[in-house]
This record gives sequence, structure tokens and C-alpha cells, in this order.
Amino acid sequence: MDRRKSIKSIILGSVAGGLAVHGCKPEGAAIEEETVSTDEKYFGRTPEELELIEKLNAEQFFNEHELETIDVLSNLILPPNENGGPTEAGVPEFIEFMAKDIPELQTTLRGGLMWLDHKSNTDFGTEFKLTEEAKQKQILDPIAFYDAEVPMDEQALEIQFFSLMRNLTLTGYYTSKMGIEDLGYKGNMPNVWDGVPQDVLDQHGVAYEEEWLAKCVDQSKRGVIAEWDENGNLLT
Amino acid sequence: MQIKESATVYDAIIVGSGAGGGMSTKVLADAGLNVAVVEAGPFFDPKDPKQQTQLKWPYESPRRGAGTTRVFGEWDMAYGGWEIEGQPYTHKDGTKFDWYRSQMLGGRTNHWGRISLRFGPKDFKHKDVDGLGDNWPIGYEDVKPYYDRLDKLIGVFGTNEGLPNDPDGFFLPPPKPRLHELFYIKGARKSKMPVIPSRMSMLTKKINNERGVCFYCGQCGRSCQVYADFSSGSCLIFPAQKSRGQVDLYVNSMVREVTTNEEGKATGVSYINREDRKEYKLRGKVVILAASACSSARILLNSKSKQHPNGLGNSSDLVGKYLHDSTGASRAGFIPGLMNRKLSYNEDGVGGMHVYTPWWLDNKNLDFPRGYHIEVWGGIGMPNYGFGFNPNEFNKFFGLPTGGYGEGLRADVKKYYGSVIGFGGRGEAVARKDNYCEIDPTTVDKFGIPVLRFHYKWSDFERNQAKHMQATFEELIHNMGGEVLGDTPTKEQDYGLLAPGKIIHEVGTTRMGDDPKTSVTNKFQQLHDADNVFVTDAGPFVSQADKNCTWTILALSMRASEYIVEQLKQQNI
Ligand SMILES: Cc1cc2nc3c(=O)[nH]c(=O)nc-3n(C[C@H](O)[C@H](O)[C@H](O)COP(=O)(O)OP(=O)(O)OC[C@H]3O[C@@H](n4cnc5c(N)ncnc54)[C@H](O)[C@@H]3O)c2cc1C
Repeated sequence: MDRRKSIKSIILGSVAGGLAVHGCKPEGAAIEEETVSTDEKYFGRTPEELELIEKLNAEQFFNEHELETIDVLSNLILPPNENGGPTEAGVPEFIEFMAKDIPELQTTLRGGLMWLDHKSNTDFGTEFKLTEEAKQKQILDPIAFYDAEVPMDEQALEIQFFSLMRNLTLTGYYTSKMGIEDLGYKGNMPNVWDGVPQDVLDQHGVAYEEEWLAKCVDQSKRGVIAEWDENGNLLT
Repeated sequence: MQIKESATVYDAIIVGSGAGGGMSTKVLADAGLNVAVVEAGPFFDPKDPKQQTQLKWPYESPRRGAGTTRVFGEWDMAYGGWEIEGQPYTHKDGTKFDWYRSQMLGGRTNHWGRISLRFGPKDFKHKDVDGLGDNWPIGYEDVKPYYDRLDKLIGVFGTNEGLPNDPDGFFLPPPKPRLHELFYIKGARKSKMPVIPSRMSMLTKKINNERGVCFYCGQCGRSCQVYADFSSGSCLIFPAQKSRGQVDLYVNSMVREVTTNEEGKATGVSYINREDRKEYKLRGKVVILAASACSSARILLNSKSKQHPNGLGNSSDLVGKYLHDSTGASRAGFIPGLMNRKLSYNEDGVGGMHVYTPWWLDNKNLDFPRGYHIEVWGGIGMPNYGFGFNPNEFNKFFGLPTGGYGEGLRADVKKYYGSVIGFGGRGEAVARKDNYCEIDPTTVDKFGIPVLRFHYKWSDFERNQAKHMQATFEELIHNMGGEVLGDTPTKEQDYGLLAPGKIIHEVGTTRMGDDPKTSVTNKFQQLHDADNVFVTDAGPFVSQADKNCTWTILALSMRASEYIVEQLKQQNI
């Protein structure tokens, strides 16, 4: 099956100030056209790298109970909103993969999950994932905050564990399609950079200097082949 | 096992296809010559959908961009790294040198930062300024015509500023600064430091009909599929294949040594084919080494014969000596003024910085002899593995708790997204004979080739320079109303000076000079000891300058390669 997908994008000829609309065809003459393609089937791995991924995928590190606990915990760390949450973003699968990809994470993760169940059993007589939410939070509150002045590896195991889980949950979510949308990141697609929009400049109290802008690329002429005089002054 | 030898006698055999080898290939093929390019790594074309990483999203990979197999992140376009399985290197006397290798067509140029700085007049004659190191046998005026042609051939954006030691050129227009770069300009001016548009080899404007124009994805480190950034494969080797000459590419072919005859002249190379792990021989009238400064030194040192008992080109005993890397130290700061950013727009820009600071002080008044330039990073880049780690760490600057969980973390992530700015100082180290690489007689790699052993120490010149960098970075961060992240590195920590090799600008191992006793090559990068062997990577550099080295590798390779064409035509070699 050929899942090759082509993003046809017009690299614009004339961008009137401000910022180009992403992936949309702007007004004005299109001088330059580039076809930019991506292929969903491959993600640029060498044969050896693909082999490693297949090998890791064939292994299972966490058992079902652990994965369910990770799922519950990640949803407490980052409760879903209208864009989705850790479960939809594939956070448990991602954490399973990373535990195999970076084995140094394993003990903290597994040990932390066991700590969580032990604590929950001791205090409430049930394992963590089945404990009601208010009680789960009672367990988390004392371990969720850390002292930023103390190196993480000198803090208590349960604090290290929770910090790692928070990091992996957030990174897993914000590197997912829905997380990137939720964040609002607008890049990773062909466009024409023509400076910071005025309202953003105003918000942060900075401005472009005329003199500096005069040196910068005139995007309406980007498709015209460069020519210089003998002193290096651009003529086109 | 018999070594298989080819019948063809090439006009030239070029070892390595990075910056130096790519340029040699282009020049020789354009002159109609018949060349073999022997490259240790596989074929690579950024247009090939199977190899491409450009425009990939983190979620296309199970590890979301983590650098488990590629040290600069999963999408980085380098096949290699500091360590390559089965290809070790060793160290002497507990010293350090981290050796970065990228083995593929185009070498390290598929992912390099593309900061393309000419050396200035002072950089070729720095001994005249401070009495340290040595002068080059050539000066800026010898190289200028090649820099000029290089600018036009490959394309580099920047501006003519009329600075004495950061020469003007033939620049494409630069992109506008991003938000954090406007903060940087303001902050640097407070300390009377200059800031100018950066000089990098991406096409902000068309230079010919073969290459596309930048579409601002900020991913030059992944190598550009429309060939809008300079990568040696897409911009030199592929065009060379279409020119008058014949270019035979031997990929996955690891050169072991240069073969020589009774007169001590080179006859070709022997290499190991990585697929069948057998040894082969190629014959050529000229051998051009461009395997990167350390790799070329290794090949020469391993090319021992009756005529060259100390290794080829090594009668001076200087092959591998004077190895030096740029110095490097970094720092980052949290800038409250960059908080709460509107994410209404795409700020990817070109891959890397849009502005920078060239060296601005006079070393006469300082406790270190050579300068450095400042590279700047920051902005609202694409999330990848690591994004969202310690999402509200900067709460500490407001007396608020760090950590927690729940809905509030989403707001924290957005609040601090893009509020960090970072600096890298990249400076000049003084070249010294006792910093070197040599053959380790006790170790071979998986191809049976003896490996390199490094001996490298920084001196107080470099440490004091790093100390100055740290003070400068802290001042800049304060000027921007920011908070410096992390503690100031101490004297015991070499002021944050990175280990040698870390800046990946290895130069100097076959330095040029007029005197065969104190240099390995002449000013045309031709071995004093064998006139049909040339080195066109950074080996012949006498000194590094406070600039990145690649634009000079390219200009000098063009110069040496044209000399080779001429010598071949005149049948001098
Ligand atoms: C992350 C990064 C960022 C950088 N940024 C910049 C920058 O902004 N500006 C700058 O000026 N420089 C930069 N550099 C440095 C730049 O990449 C190098 O200076 C440049 O690529 C050197 O060119 P070269 O031809 O000497 O070597 P390479 O580009 O390394 O090419 C050497 C080639 O030779 C091959 N080879 C090696 N040994 C053998 C052998 N025995 N047989 C056959 N083939 C062999 C290798 O596989 C490789 O393809 C950067 C480097 C890195 C890694």
C-alpha cells in the first residue's frame, strides 16, 4: 500500500507584511513553487535503527496492572480537556517504550509504581488505581512538589518517581498530535518567515529598527536569482 | 585472500564526501576529470522519502524524538556520533578528546549548523599579533577570491558590515530576527556589544535553478529536501555527477591506507567494503584525502611503506600534531519578558540563529590571547522528547512551588514556552604541538584498521577565555531582565569549558607551511613528501580563528582542487 502523501505548498511570491498563513495560498503572484513531501510510512530510520525499534516493540516491560496504573496516574497529572488527554495521546504506550529504550528509567518507574500501591494499600486498603480520586490525591500531594534547589537525585525516591512520571506524561502529551494542537505550536510546515507580528512585538515591548529591516530579505523577490555588483551589493 | 584491484586508473581518488571532499569532487568533475569518491558511509539523498526526517512530527516515532540512537535527537541527519559501534578510539595520559564522526554521503555537512564565517586577515597571521602559534603561509588576500566564488556557488546569507576581521562577501539577504533575538539585540547593546545578522549557508533567495529556496521549517539539521541548505551531497556531489567529468561513487567503503610505489608516490588507495568486509584497491594518479582532519591523519599514519616508514607524509613527525578544536562554553537564562507568548504565528525560521555577535574586544587588554563569537538560541520550537520536563521550574523565581499536578500544568507549560534564551561561545584555541592524535598500536577497529589515540589538554588561555564567556553571558542575561540558569561554573570545572572535540571543529593535523620540517603540506595542501597526495579537509589549517571552520575548508578545497587540475593538465604530477 502506498501511503505516500504530498503536501503541495506554494512558496509565496509576495507576502504583504505580517505573517503568511500556514499552508494556505496567499494573495498575489506565486513566483516560486516547491513540492514538499513527507512519507508517513518511513520516519528516516536506518535499517539498524528500525531493527532496534522492532526488537524493543517485541519486548514487554510493564505488566497490565502497571500499565493501568500508569494510565490512571498520567490522567491525574494532566486531566483531559476538550483536546484530549494522556490516554488518547498514547502516553502509557510511550512510557512503556521509553522504559525499554532508556533502561536507566526502569527502576525508578517500577519501584515508584510499587511504592504507590504499597502506600495506597497501607493507608486505604486498596491498590492505587482502584482508590477513589480524592484519596489518590491525598497520596500524591506530599510527593508532587519538589525543592528546586536540591538536585533531583538527592530527593526522596517517591518524589523522583513522581517527577519522572510528570515529565514523561507531559512530554508524551505535548509531542502527540493533539498535544501540539493544544499547545498551539504553528510550525513544521512550509511557510515564509517575514518577522514577528506587530501585536506580538507590542505585547513584549520590542520593535524592529528600520535600518535592520532594510538589510533583510524582501520576500517578494526570493524567487529571483541573486546577482551582485563587484562589491557584493545585491542587485536583484 | 587476494585483494581485488580495479583496472581503471582514475585521474583522482577522493577519500570522503563531506565539505572538503565534496568541493574537490565538484572542481575536478567540472574540469572533465575521471574521479572516484570513496566514502565510508552509505549513500544519502535528503530527497529520498525513506531517509528523510525533515517535516516529521515527534509522534511519528515511538520515542518522540529522543536521542537514543542519534545524539542530537532522533531526527538529526548524522549517521554516527561520539561513539560508533566497532570503531573505537582511545586516549593517552587520562586526557580527553571527544571525536564526532558522521559516516554517510555528505559527512557532517548534512546536519552542521551552517554558520559560514570567513576567516579575516588577522586570522591567517595571528602570530604577528600576539607571538603565539604560527602564521599561515598564505594570507586573506590569497583566499578571498575563493571565498567570493564560494559565496556565489553555494549561497550564504549575511550582511556587509565593513568589519576589519569579519570580511564582507557576496551575501544573500538575511531573515528578520525572531522575538528572542530582538531581546538579545537590546540586551547586547546595553553592554555595547555588536550584534549583526548571522551568516549561514541557506538560500533565502534563489541562486540557480537546481536548488530550491528556504521554506523556513527551521530543520536544516535534518538536511533539506529541496536543497535549500548547504549539504555536500545535494549541493556539490550531485551537481558534479551531472557535469563533464565522470564521478564513480564508492559508498560503504572504508579507506585503510594510501598505496605507494618504489618512488614513494601514491598509486591509489585500499579500502574495505563494509558489505562483504573484503579489501579492494583503487588506482589513481592523484589521491585527495578529505576524510575529516583526524581521519585523514589516521589514513596517512597507517600508510607505512619502505619509502615512508613513519607513515605517509610524516617525515616531519607532525601528522596528527597541532590538532585543535574550537573552544566552547554555554549558558542559558530565563527571561520573564518572554513569558506568556502568543502562539499565533510560525517562528521556525531558518535552522539556527538569525543574529550573532562576532568577536568584539581587543585581546591586548585581556588575560587570554584569542577571541570568540556568540551564538544565540531560543524561541518557540517544535516540541520533541524533553518538552514539558519540569514544566514550572521557573516558579522558583517567583517564590511559587515547583511541581504539582492537574489542569494547572497546561497553563504553566504555555506560560513558560519560549521564555529561555541560550548562548554558545565559540572561540579560538592556540594550536599546540602536544595536542595530537596518533595510532594506538594496541587497538584495531572492526575492519582491522589501527585506531586513533588522542592526547589533548586545554591551557589557561582557553580556560580564561571560557571564564570571560561566562561573565559575558551572565551580563547579557541580566541586561535582558532575566535570571541565569544554573550555577556559575567554577575554576575546578574549567569555567564550563567543554571537553576538546565537543565543538566538532577538528583542524590542524596536517598543517600547511613552506618548511617541510615544520609542516606536513605546502600552501596548496600537497604533501611535502609525496607530490600526488593532497589533503582538502581541515587538516592543513595552521590555526582555527574565532570562526567556525567549514567555509574556510570549502574555500581552501576549491583553491587546492583547482591547483590539482592545473598540475594534472601540465603533467606535473
Ligand atoms: C552538529 C554540528 C554542527 C556544526 N556546525 C557547524 C557550523 O555551524 N559551522 C561550521 O563551520 N562548521 C560546523 N560544523 C563542523 C562541520 O560539519 C565540519 O567542519 C565539516 O563537515 C568538515 O568537513 P570535512 O569534509 O572535513 O569532514 P566531514 O564532513 O566529516 O566528511 C568526512 C567524510 O569522510 C568520510 N570518511 C571518514 N573516514 C573515512 C575513511 N577512512 N574512508 C572513507 N571515507 C571516510 C566520512 O564518512 C565523512 O562522510 C558542525 C558539525 C556538527 C557535527
